[in-house]
Amino acid sequence: MTYIAKPRLHHPSLVKNKAGFTRRDYEGAVSTLCAGCGHDSISAAIIQACYELDILPHQVAKLSGIGCSSKAPTYFVGASHGFNTVHGRMPSVMTGANLANRDLIYMGVSGDGDSASIGLGQFAHVMRRGVNMTYIVMNNGVYGLTKGQFSATADKGSISKKGVANSDSSIDMVSLAILMGATFVGRSFSGDKHQLVPLIKAAMDHKGAAFLDVISPCVAFNNHAGSTKSYDYVREHNEALNRIDFIETREEITTSYDPGTTKIVQQHDGSILRLRKLGEDYDPSDKVSAMKRIQEGMHAGEVVTGLLYVDPTPSDLHANLNTVDAPLNTLNAPDLCPGTSALDKINASLR
Amino acid sequence: MPQAIAAVNDFVVKFANVNGSGSASANELFARSILRMGVPVSPRNIFPSNIQGLPTWYEVRVTEKGYLGRRGGVDMMVAMNPQTWAEDVKEITPGGYLFYDSTKPMPSSMFREDINVIGVPLTAITNATYSDARQRQLFKNIIYVGALSVLLDIDEKEIQRLFGEQFKGKEKLIDSNVKAMNLGRDWVKQHVDPDLVKLKVRHADNVGDRIFVEGNSAAALGAVYGGATVCAWYPITPSSSLAEAFQSHCKKFRHDKETGKAKYAIVQAEDELASIGMVIGAAWNGARSFTATSGPGISLMTEFIGLAYFAEVPAVLVNVQRGGPSTGMPTRTQQSDLLGCAYASNGDTKHVLLFPEDPRECFEFTADALDLADRLQTPVFVMTDLDIGMNHRLCKPFAWDENRVLDRGKVMTAEDLEAGKTFGRYLDVDGDGIPFRTYPGTHPTKGSYFTRGTTKDEFARYSEEGPVYVRNMERLQKKWETAKKIAPQPLRYSSPKPTRFGVIYFGSTSPAMDEALDHLEAEGHHVNALRVRSFPFAQSVEDFIHEHDRVFIVEQNRDAQLRTMLLSEYTLDARKIVPVLHYDGTPITARFIATDIATKLGQFKVVSFDKAAS
Repeated sequence: MTYIAKPRLHHPSLVKNKAGFTRRDYEGAVSTLCAGCGHDSISAAIIQACYELDILPHQVAKLSGIGCSSKAPTYFVGASHGFNTVHGRMPSVMTGANLANRDLIYMGVSGDGDSASIGLGQFAHVMRRGVNMTYIVMNNGVYGLTKGQFSATADKGSISKKGVANSDSSIDMVSLAILMGATFVGRSFSGDKHQLVPLIKAAMDHKGAAFLDVISPCVAFNNHAGSTKSYDYVREHNEALNRIDFIETREEITTSYDPGTTKIVQQHDGSILRLRKLGEDYDPSDKVSAMKRIQEGMHAGEVVTGLLYVDPTPSDLHANLNTVDAPLNTLNAPDLCPGTSALDKINASLR
Repeated sequence: MPQAIAAVNDFVVKFANVNGSGSASANELFARSILRMGVPVSPRNIFPSNIQGLPTWYEVRVTEKGYLGRRGGVDMMVAMNPQTWAEDVKEITPGGYLFYDSTKPMPSSMFREDINVIGVPLTAITNATYSDARQRQLFKNIIYVGALSVLLDIDEKEIQRLFGEQFKGKEKLIDSNVKAMNLGRDWVKQHVDPDLVKLKVRHADNVGDRIFVEGNSAAALGAVYGGATVCAWYPITPSSSLAEAFQSHCKKFRHDKETGKAKYAIVQAEDELASIGMVIGAAWNGARSFTATSGPGISLMTEFIGLAYFAEVPAVLVNVQRGGPSTGMPTRTQQSDLLGCAYASNGDTKHVLLFPEDPRECFEFTADALDLADRLQTPVFVMTDLDIGMNHRLCKPFAWDENRVLDRGKVMTAEDLEAGKTFGRYLDVDGDGIPFRTYPGTHPTKGSYFTRGTTKDEFARYSEEGPVYVRNMERLQKKWETAKKIAPQPLRYSSPKPTRFGVIYFGSTSPAMDEALDHLEAEGHHVNALRVRSFPFAQSVEDFIHEHDRVFIVEQNRDAQLRTMLLSEYTLDARKIVPVLHYDGTPITARFIATDIATKLGQFKVVSFDKAAS
């Protein structure tokens, strides 16, 4: 069913962005996920973020693994190429794709089963390599497609729909991403688009490994009493550290702010992340305090959300490998093949 | 005492050393000096899965006739490892020679009556000259090369010339090595009867313009010439030196002259799953990419190989085969991954395999594999092995056509799409089973599609409908037929006389097979030969089998894997194709092949066809 496209006709009054596209140009096929699935809200947030960033839709490459979340790339930015890879291995495919063409915008979409269980190894390594990407885990703590088994992010003591308590410790994806070297780490809730859309925009603009853990309740298998990833539970326990305003490089910064309640982070390319603090003083550019705050939140039973950590001057895999500016996939024989006279010399050296 | 073995330019010297003692470069110097005299040599490393301390051997076949396969038997043992003394001494052919370090007196029970013994007090000579421990270790090796050069009549000028090339611009090093060599030479001249050793090297002219190189380095160079820009790999014996050679070739040839930036990316992945994932991701996005691995790595990559087959993404895998199954014999050679690669992954899958015979074909086939993978949009395996990959082998020089372009296969461009060409990612427009693809980011509104491992229709739309699925699978089968025509074709060698017998072989068996055919011919056994160079098999392979009453299939594995593939691809009488199998981890020898085939031919000749076959 996922091939059903939405009607192409747009209402003439739809507003075009600077790239000349309407919001609907960033949509994809009709979702086949369950009605009310948090993943669809995240897809909508991605669509909104791409539209607001004036991205050319075909300049996005969407990669995913296997699972409900990994079906989501079909439902946004339909004009871009997508690759639904194998279970838990999207990070390696995205790494290779990124090496081939550094100019595209890489969006990795995965789930908690895909990234925290079968794919935990590749998740860790894609972060430590600093692949320039936005990696979103649609985290519902449950295996939806196979009907309700616990995933590795399910909290200890959380009750499944069948009434079974989870006895294993949960894996906290944001802590792991920070430890592994991701340079932009945030957490949000699929039901909070005011927080989520700017976070996605900022992540996409970040020139390094950006990771977003988005709690996304599973309406079919993990939205009941006793679940710690249901809409009600997350709404009650959401401890938002900040609200982010993302200001692109090219926009003139005119907004006034109150220094006492706002934290400004300027990214490498000049874009501004303005964090409106909620509650306590929090510095997302300090890795140690980020880890501390996350751990404190876990201890208190809170889901700490917002921009948790950002390195404003990240490096990425291409910088580390010192690759040429031109995408590798555009190089041809004259650039790549040393030719016959070089070969003659090689032959001579082997005699 | 049997007669001392006497031979000119036709003998085997085996060095028994301790791993990590610096013997490798001295032994290679020995082999190269003979090569420089115009006499072909074929050296082989026999080494443990170890860094330091365990025994290692280096076997050099000196062969004026140019038989580069392993011969078997040892005419002279250079016994430098006390640990393996007993077995090393035992291995010497009666009438052969034992060269050893005689610094410490040894009881006569440690020797054999039927061999000739040359004791040189290597340690004593070394210690009298050098005080530094490291120098002592390295120069002791050079001293024995010097000693051997006198015993075997190796031209000292050639050794000096090699020092000059190796240490160009470092005169001190040249002088010190020449000095060490002369220490060995002088001692032997003063103390050993010049007629004792009757194995001699004489100048000849049988090397020509051939080069002396390891298959792994050659394959890596093929990847450079073939335009690979992304290499993702995970260290595994015996393939690691391939990725490392790619790195060093790229350092030399692939940096922008002005900016110094790299026109390649090499990632040492966290495991083989990730390395093949990166290769597939890069190829999906339009870069030429490859990985180098060995059998256990292929096992790990299997899921991704199925994805690349079904989603039709190019990928090149160089499999430097080693002894299996499982961890098997990591430092021994086999051709035992054929079935594992040919049919890797779940469901109906089959993959293109190329079988290089030597470093020259490792170079050629790796470059070809990059073209074929792009052309066929499928994984292509270069099936080399440890014997080719990690040994220096004399082979024809590398060749490259200056006008050769990279065949990127069927790729639809933004202009094509703009001009209104129909794009169906899995639509067979040319009747060869190969559809067009687009690279991500090609066109703002046209040509995007979703790549997936699930079934889909001609326009890449998900579908589990039976007819849609069957159509796609039939098209993949058509593509398979196309592959038969464009992969490297088999080479036929005909016996001078008509014969009912044929032999099929492939890969590193080549040098031993060439020699075995000469032996068989000399004994009056006429056999036609066909060297298979790729899978799927070309039509000429089937024709060859039908032309003969009996066809021997020579392989270096237990289960006759190529034979199994022949039986699966063709409708054949299984009794007609006879396995000849060598799989103990050592490279196959001409002696083994010729003896096995001659024995079987004898059996066939005494009884009728049907009786023999039943």
